Amino acid sequence: MEVLERFAAGDPDAFESLFRQYQGEVYRWIIRIVRNSATAEDLTVETFWRMHRARARFDARKGNFCGWMRRIATNAALDHLRRSRREVELPEEMPDTRKPVSAEQNEMRQAIFHAMDRLSPALRVTVLLALVEEEPYENIAKALGISTTAVKLRVFRGVRVLRKELSRAGVRP
Amino acid sequence: MSEREMEELKKLLKESMPAMDAELRRDLWPAMQQRLAEPAIRMPWWDWALLAAAAVVTLLFPTMIPALLYHL
Repeated sequence: MEVLERFAAGDPDAFESLFRQYQGEVYRWIIRIVRNSATAEDLTVETFWRMHRARARFDARKGNFCGWMRRIATNAALDHLRRSRREVELPEEMPDTRKPVSAEQNEMRQAIFHAMDRLSPALRVTVLLALVEEEPYENIAKALGISTTAVKLRVFRGVRVLRKELSRAGVRP
Repeated sequence: MSEREMEELKKLLKESMPAMDAELRRDLWPAMQQRLAEPAIRMPWWDWALLAAAAVVTLLFPTMIPALLYHL
């Protein structure tokens, strides 16, 4: 029996094998959304826990395990953003944070974080993946379980809110 | 919004939030095992009793629904 079929049937060894194979991929996807390594680690475990709970609903014959996994990971990340919406969560490990930044750059960064925080979690995830990570719209649509048109619409709405917030903060994009 | 404005906003966002390309630094399997070993959250019996009482009240007195929703 294939590992996916064994996983769907509840075989713990198959689950461990899939976990070890895909934990890195799930983590890399989630960290792009939450932008914090500790949170991404927790959410990776949460994603696999949800997959473990929902394993009976996974149809191994239809395949597309990666698509199913990414969708669950995206939902786990979205749920986290919804829970922590009121907390201002700054990215922990941005590559250039170690470089000295000018007060002006820092101010602009704060304005961007504030503007991003004003977006709803769904808009924020879409804008992050589309504009910052430059993920193709089709991939974002699959991960969010919406149409490509809906992704474009979310990007449009997100950009409109961002521009409004940034111009309010005196930053002109 | 013009394409140029969109590109400018994209540039600004990317400068403030560079693309993440972080690799997983540790094996998460021990954390996963710990999570799997946690007992499932069970609702205590009094929560079920409260839920049943609320259901009975809303069935018997539908006019109470707005008041009940207000207190939730």
